Amino acid sequence: MRIEQREHQSKVLIVVAPLMAVVASLSIAGVLIALAGAPVFEAYKVIFVGAFGSKFAITETLTRATPLIVTGLAAAVAFRARIWNIGAEGQLYMGALLATAVGYQNFLGLPSFALIPLLIVTGAVAGMVMLVIPLGLRLRFGVDEVVTTLLLNFVVLLFVSMMLDGPMKDPLAFGWPQSVPVVDEGLLPKLVERSRLHLGLVIAIALAIMVYVLNQFTVFGLESKAAGFNPVAARFAGVPFEKTLIKVACLSGGLAGIAGAIEVTGVKGLVSNDLSASFGYAGIVVAMLASLNPIGVIFAAIFTAMMFVGSESMSRTFGIPSFIADVVVSLSLLTMLVAVFLSNYRIRR
Amino acid sequence: MAEHVVLHLDSITKRFGSFAANDNISIELRRGEVVALLGENGAGKTTLMNILFGHYVPDEGEVFIEGRRISHGKPKEAIAAGVGMVHQHFSLAKNLTVIENVMTGTEPLFGLKSETAKAKRKLKELEDKFGLVVDPDARVGDLSVGEQQRVEILKALYNDARILILDEPTGVLTQQEAEGLFDTLRTMAQDGLSIIFISHKLNEVMNGSDRVVVLRAGKVTAERDTSETSKEELAELMVGRRVERPVREEASFGDVVLRVENVGLSAGLVSRLSDINLEIRAGETLGIVGVSGNGQAALCDVVAGVLHPDQGTISINGAEVQNLNPRDLSNMKVGRTPEDRNTQGAVGELTLWENTVLERIKDPRFSSRGFVKKSEGRAYCKDLIDRFDVRGGTPNSRISRLSGGNMQKLILGRCLAEHPVFLLAAQPTRGLDEGAIAAIHEDILIARKAGAAVLLVSEDLDEVVSLSDRIMAIHGGKLSPAVETEHVDSRKLGLMMAGEWGGLS
Amino acid sequence: MTDLIEIFFTVGLWASVLRIATPLIFGTLGALLCERAGVLNLGIEGIMTFGAMIGWLAVFNGVDLWTGILVAAICGGVFGLLHAGLTVTLGLSQHVTGLGITLFASSFSYYIFRIAIPAQNTPPTIEPFQPVDIPVLSNLPFFGEAFFTQTAPTYLAIAVALFMAYFLAKTPMGLAVRITGENPHAAEAQGVDPIVIRYGAVIAGSAMMAVGGAFLTLSAFNSFFPTMMQGRGWICIALVVFSTWKPGRAILGAILFALFDAYQLRLQNVLGQVVPYQLFLMLPYILSIVALVIMSRGARVPQALMQPYRKGER
Repeated sequence: MRIEQREHQSKVLIVVAPLMAVVASLSIAGVLIALAGAPVFEAYKVIFVGAFGSKFAITETLTRATPLIVTGLAAAVAFRARIWNIGAEGQLYMGALLATAVGYQNFLGLPSFALIPLLIVTGAVAGMVMLVIPLGLRLRFGVDEVVTTLLLNFVVLLFVSMMLDGPMKDPLAFGWPQSVPVVDEGLLPKLVERSRLHLGLVIAIALAIMVYVLNQFTVFGLESKAAGFNPVAARFAGVPFEKTLIKVACLSGGLAGIAGAIEVTGVKGLVSNDLSASFGYAGIVVAMLASLNPIGVIFAAIFTAMMFVGSESMSRTFGIPSFIADVVVSLSLLTMLVAVFLSNYRIRR
Repeated sequence: MAEHVVLHLDSITKRFGSFAANDNISIELRRGEVVALLGENGAGKTTLMNILFGHYVPDEGEVFIEGRRISHGKPKEAIAAGVGMVHQHFSLAKNLTVIENVMTGTEPLFGLKSETAKAKRKLKELEDKFGLVVDPDARVGDLSVGEQQRVEILKALYNDARILILDEPTGVLTQQEAEGLFDTLRTMAQDGLSIIFISHKLNEVMNGSDRVVVLRAGKVTAERDTSETSKEELAELMVGRRVERPVREEASFGDVVLRVENVGLSAGLVSRLSDINLEIRAGETLGIVGVSGNGQAALCDVVAGVLHPDQGTISINGAEVQNLNPRDLSNMKVGRTPEDRNTQGAVGELTLWENTVLERIKDPRFSSRGFVKKSEGRAYCKDLIDRFDVRGGTPNSRISRLSGGNMQKLILGRCLAEHPVFLLAAQPTRGLDEGAIAAIHEDILIARKAGAAVLLVSEDLDEVVSLSDRIMAIHGGKLSPAVETEHVDSRKLGLMMAGEWGGLS
Repeated sequence: MTDLIEIFFTVGLWASVLRIATPLIFGTLGALLCERAGVLNLGIEGIMTFGAMIGWLAVFNGVDLWTGILVAAICGGVFGLLHAGLTVTLGLSQHVTGLGITLFASSFSYYIFRIAIPAQNTPPTIEPFQPVDIPVLSNLPFFGEAFFTQTAPTYLAIAVALFMAYFLAKTPMGLAVRITGENPHAAEAQGVDPIVIRYGAVIAGSAMMAVGGAFLTLSAFNSFFPTMMQGRGWICIALVVFSTWKPGRAILGAILFALFDAYQLRLQNVLGQVVPYQLFLMLPYILSIVALVIMSRGARVPQALMQPYRKGER
């Protein structure tokens, strides 16, 4: 038995691969649901209805998808240039923290349309710094950024916790570890009344389109792809290798930071230790499910959000632990890897 | 010699997709015999040997050793049957010692302790018997290429190989080392070993073998006893329809275009280049010969702007360029074809058109305000494809789909299309077939005729002699004095490549 | 100031060093074995989590402690098999596959745990490994109590490390593992199948990782709770680099690291009023990054690390 590269990558498979992956992971997770004693098809129906069954459910799912789109983009742009940024979780928190630090008082008396962009840019800068450091360590010392970005996630979470206990603690929160809130002018307007869905979704989609344009139509997009795939050839062709990677890191870290700023200004209005439900890590799955395509990221994020939101209602209905959502999402990363493999190779006997 | 057949390859066929790399090949090898497997690049020699050794599974045919059928795809069985293989690219772990490389796989895997002392004694015996001396405790990465090849041969002998296969064994050796190697092979054959060596060099086939099997396009085209054939006959058998390589015509040269003065480059404490001086005039081709690994790569990288020298200056038409990057050079009409087209010359995952415009992407023809002009890029690429006869791809297909020759035509084409004043051609035809070689040579000669100064760095002596006006040799990171091509012969080139420059003018 | 130094002379500090080091030793050795064969196994964090959960759950359901360890090892091996299947046979990205396995193994652990033990206010506990006094040695003043009154898995960890050092340096299979990590083609040319070796190394290494995780729930603590792994797996990956891929130095690195961790825990008691505790907790991660920076340069990385091997392709 041997593995051979397909002479022509099947276009159909490029679209079908993620669907295959999702079906495979749902099937495997179905076994787990059955083992827990719940009816599988019923359970999945409840998940779907829980995520899309009502106007409110839809707004909840889209609210959940919003940060996932942005962290998914952060992972996608980095992976495309072979920067293994696993630190989106930390970058997100750093973005959230800094945006809050700037936005808890409207020092300059800015109107919303100026303050909100300021907070988002602040978040982006914080995220950038958090990725440029590990990238610098890789370029300078050859340290694998996977491990450093992972370790930095823990450092950042502790730093956030320290800030919430100390300088940024909300004295009115009855001792809960949460930050002072962002002023009202800094909050993103709601898209739908009496829901949590906010302008962040529009921003996220705009960012996806922006990344798509950058990738497809710009010199930066071409250079970052070349640098990612073959640094030696890229250097030979005069692509400024390190500069390009640093730009990519700024974009990726910046996006993750924006995700944090959006989550703060859109949903909670403040930072707490549970601001992110592993949005940073889930972003990696989202990016892979989308084959790193920025537009695909939107759909992959909605699928992921559906699993998380829907599994909560399934949990209530059947008593299945809502961790099943994490199982499905992480499994779909593995099944997606296999699906992509199958669309590029075939196994011959 | 006894007519005892030790190895029989019976009707071997191997296809990759629709392409038949080996087509119904049968070969016999007798005891104590040295057989040369002669053929061009791409004739299927290496595929055949990989089947024999068990790396590949053939689609049809059988391998018999001492009359016993060998199962396919099991190197272990081939080793056990007494086959030893010395690969063109050595199969050595550079961070391990000689004895570790030799001992791997020779003991039962579940043994409690490696018998290193015993192994060293056996190795020593073999070293003495065949005059292949290496320090068993040396780290392989610290050995010279010639020594590493000895380790490869010792590995085979240590496994009690009775049949030795050598794939292009002299490609990385100096002439003296190569002569030493053939002496060793002769000793082994007298000791009863049977040897197949793969080569495309007629000289060593004539001098080193008892019998020649000629392979062309995956088929055996002829078998001759070496004593009953000639170089001329073999050349024709190997190539078939004789492809005429173009030859340079006399020309007059212009002013000096490229001037390299006192260039030195070191990596850590190791000096990679020192005291490099050379000049090339417009319309002139300077050829640089040398055994692989003597500084060619560093020299090419420095001239191509990938590395910057620690000392010295490089100028093009009087302007200093040693600190410029590849894009600046490209803007100065410097054409660069890299040593290794797959790793340096092209990004395999990008399309043809993206690869053709990448080094000029900032040029207003191909981008404006940071946006790529895709249709212009594609049109440019389409034009190159037509002009340089690149087959097997459209501007939108991935460049990794192209064959080596077509990729090289495109890489050279993207340089020549810009009418370079200086062209670096590093190993331009390595691994290509005759047809592609002729086309590449034609292109280089056209550039020369158009007035470009050409720096040709190659390990193919015939190529250098037929294209260059002057020749220098590189050895240990230093350049020999330049010699007019009219005044060289193969003996003189051999001495130059070995670093013996006394008496050269 | 003298307080800060006196900590080093307390028996409690040194006794806790080996305890903290034990899961790191197992994890680091496991990761080291995989990497020596050329496979980066970032599944470690999840595999350790799963080992911690399944070992504990087995014991909670009535098997004895050593069987719990064995169950963890087997499950770790199964995850190793999955990782090897994806990265060795299919040649998928070792980075992404490893992360996928970590995400999957962790969430799968939590899921199983929640099914087995519905949420309660106080997590149920088991009777963990008890310290074993080594005869004679444990009677030594200071050293006896500090180093020779550990639980059995700690002694096992050290034994495994010594065995690994011998195995890699002195046995035919150890050599086969090393040459596979340096150049799989060299292994194949000598009749050693790199694919088999890689599978074996990744499965065995993953089993060790899971045992490291099980130590946490069966010896260091007596219960399992989600997020208890706290990045220990990632620290092990850093420790492999720090140890320059040598098992002997892996113990040293793990102990050094644990010493630091134990010290900062005690430092919190002394300085906790002045300095936020989170700063101390950050230190291990920062230390790991610093160790990576110092050791990454010039380290002799296995040359074929992260390079997929396919038969006949060169």
